[in-house]
Amino acid sequence: MCDRFGASMRVLVGVKRVIDYAVKVRVRPDKKGVVTDNVQHSMNPFDEIALEEAVKLKEAKVAKEVVAVSFGPTKSQEVLRTALAKGADKAIHIAVDDAAVEKVEPIHVARALAKIAQDEKFDVVIVGKQAIDDDANQTGQLLAGMLKWPQAVFASKVEADGVSHLKVTREVDGGLDTIKVKLPAVLSADLRLNTPRYATLPNIMKAKKKPLDKKTPADLGIDMSAQTETLEVSEPPVRKAGGFVEDVPTLISKLKEKGVLQ
Amino acid sequence: MLSSRSLLSRTARVAGRRFNSTLVVAEHNDDKLAPVTLNAISGAAKLGADISVLVAGANATKVAGEVAKIANVKRVLVAQDEKLKGALPERVTDVILASQEQFKFTSIVAGASAFGRSVIPRVAGHLNVSPISDVTEVHSCDTYSRPIYAGNAIAKVKSTAPVKLITFRGTAFPPAATEGGSATSEDALKTDINVELSEFLGQELSKSERPDLATAKIVVSGGRGLKSGDNFKLIYDLADKMGAAVGASRAAVDAGYVPNDMQVGQTGKIVAPELYIAVGISGAIQHLAGMKDSKVIVAINKDKEAPIFQVADFGLEADLFKAVPEMTKLL
Repeated sequence: MCDRFGASMRVLVGVKRVIDYAVKVRVRPDKKGVVTDNVQHSMNPFDEIALEEAVKLKEAKVAKEVVAVSFGPTKSQEVLRTALAKGADKAIHIAVDDAAVEKVEPIHVARALAKIAQDEKFDVVIVGKQAIDDDANQTGQLLAGMLKWPQAVFASKVEADGVSHLKVTREVDGGLDTIKVKLPAVLSADLRLNTPRYATLPNIMKAKKKPLDKKTPADLGIDMSAQTETLEVSEPPVRKAGGFVEDVPTLISKLKEKGVLQ
Repeated sequence: MLSSRSLLSRTARVAGRRFNSTLVVAEHNDDKLAPVTLNAISGAAKLGADISVLVAGANATKVAGEVAKIANVKRVLVAQDEKLKGALPERVTDVILASQEQFKFTSIVAGASAFGRSVIPRVAGHLNVSPISDVTEVHSCDTYSRPIYAGNAIAKVKSTAPVKLITFRGTAFPPAATEGGSATSEDALKTDINVELSEFLGQELSKSERPDLATAKIVVSGGRGLKSGDNFKLIYDLADKMGAAVGASRAAVDAGYVPNDMQVGQTGKIVAPELYIAVGISGAIQHLAGMKDSKVIVAINKDKEAPIFQVADFGLEADLFKAVPEMTKLL
């Protein structure tokens, strides 16, 4: 058991600071984006799951080291401290100006993760399946394509398979499928992969002493040119509540009147 | 001078248009085409270029015959290879890249399903371009709308990527007609498919006689209010009486009442049926993201303050354990 490959496996986890999932977002009057000032932010829920899986791999002695990385404004460091408190060994913050944050595309993040994964010889990169702000669902796949590594996206179960492969169950449209990917590989976490732990107070205190490296896209040599321009952000059409019906027979007759029921 | 210049620019425009071309990556299970591909073809048609469809699979020839009859499709590229079983993204990407090398498409698109979302951004990574996910409206060949923040805002974006990599939200585009087309069919360029990276081990699909959730005309969904998996029988009985598909909220999936492929919402299926009946579902932001474009929404809930009532055309404040069986009986 002692030379189980895991002994040396290094895991990189991408975490993003997003508007908290429970917040009802509002579109800015200038239609350039949504209101983010004085709005509760937290770690993207899918990234919490990605991080939890990485920490579990470490606890199972499959992984040796877990490094959390976030690409964003200075406040992204709060999310990285949370990641450290939940079990990451160290953190990397790739800093962008507040003004530039809205121009960051998944491809820029993927380029940064690709550079770090290659330079520092990571064996696995785990990200959340999507960020709940841009809902893009791209970073993991872009990264895997750039590195020409296999991808296991929408993972709901991850197991080591020998010393050089992972067996991953994925959530697909009709149910589940199971694939085997060769390391190094990119994974993305779906909701059912695990239940993330809470950071305990002692661990939050300890996290303050863990290393947090600061880099910029320029340090990594990342091309930050824009490929997507947001022309306008608007409110979706508003649905009006139609009111209550008193009983089941009335409901059925109303639906028949509408022609949606025969 | 002026006229010659305008003639020149018109020639350039016409020539440019002739060379614009779109590749739709077909989704299928080696037997049948996935319905979302028909929606993706309608989305692709709005880009205003000739449409080719790539059918890659272990049994691609059969599906390719079906695809050649779809309206608006000009050419079908068939890549039949045992190695493509299970449609692994690494292997399908190899085939797409070979076709792209040959034809230099200006857009490569697919439906925004688990398959499309796996493959399109991976191809984008190889080509080093920014993809655009889950497009709900096409304004021109480079400008699109897509929902962000769980559908609580709509972003209108312009892509300057040299090749547009797009997934289309199925419910936002009508399905293309399955008859009336007469596409030419040819073998896709043979390429080395890397089989080292990944391997398909198997799948466990939920079997159901009911219509497909994503395309059903009527959907009945249950939530935490059902209290148990056994009680979901009430939902199935009502759905069967109506010929409806059955969906669920995340709470119902997490509680183990139903499998996760039934989840409707931001991270599950997006549906937009004629009639959506939400039973015992409070209406969290993440659930609304998956169903608020339904034509008529009905909510059955005993909590009068439940947010679902704010989007429902017809609300019934009632105990679902009484109302649902009554409804099944009366239909």
